[in-house]
Amino acid sequence: MHATVCDYIADCTQNAIEAGATDITLTLHTDPDMIAVTIEDNGKGMSPETLRKALDPFYSEPGKHDHRRIGMGLPLIQQAADALDGELKVESVPGKGTKVFFRFNAKHLDTPPMGDIPGTVIGLMTLPGNYDLTFVRDAYSVRRSELVEALGNLEEASNLVLAKEFLTSQETSEEL
Amino acid sequence: MSKLTLDALRKMRDEKQKAMDKRDPNGKDIQVIVGMGTCGIAAGAREAFNTIIETLDAKGISNVLVRQTGCMGLCHSEPTVEVVAPDMPTIIYGNVDAATAKKIVEDHIVGKRLIDAKICDRPAADIMK
Repeated sequence: MHATVCDYIADCTQNAIEAGATDITLTLHTDPDMIAVTIEDNGKGMSPETLRKALDPFYSEPGKHDHRRIGMGLPLIQQAADALDGELKVESVPGKGTKVFFRFNAKHLDTPPMGDIPGTVIGLMTLPGNYDLTFVRDAYSVRRSELVEALGNLEEASNLVLAKEFLTSQETSEEL
Repeated sequence: MSKLTLDALRKMRDEKQKAMDKRDPNGKDIQVIVGMGTCGIAAGAREAFNTIIETLDAKGISNVLVRQTGCMGLCHSEPTVEVVAPDMPTIIYGNVDAATAKKIVEDHIVGKRLIDAKICDRPAADIMK
């Protein structure tokens, strides 16, 4: 199992970016009972056959990794969902995109800590590519494009620190 | 903490930019790439990434672009960090914990010295066939 819930989020959202999506929405809902994550992208999608294989840890999409044929992203989420009274649902249409939904029981003894939400989201936004990533939280939302517009880029350390500060202020605001 | 607005963020950026420009007139000629596949994430790439950007920011170094990438095929040595700097060999460092991440900035980027013990060899082409 990953050390934090944010690790599952990072892993899965990275898949969306690598699938050539130009528009990705990452929604994170937390309440005392549940942690729920939805990642919706307009990337290349998967056929039912590929989707079935994507849940197999001993499969990785040909061409995705140069040197190995094992892919652990979705299987790790499936394993965690099974262990944490949760569920994983994946809907995908080739050429249209993929929607991944997973939730964990927040009160389950084995549910890992949430982790660093601002650091995870900013980290994801530094993955190269021409895509927009919208992070939707219960009380705020932020888009990659608006941070790039405000800061000039998300590649200089000083900008990344400011972007993280911005997101931390949203996340720790008393209005949340 | 109250919520920052995008306007406040723009202002903070402008102030920081002014201070930076005074200190460092160079272009962005160094790239630091942090591996963030499932392997990197599980091994603590986030901590390496955070330490790198915080150390660069604290030292006011502005000629470095920080990026992330997926799995580089070196899952056994995660977290991995690649540094591309002019007049230096392109290096992939492995097992980059927070202390090594700080050294990457202080020794490799600032001091132009390699951190020998953490250099990761790329897999030989002939064994990958």
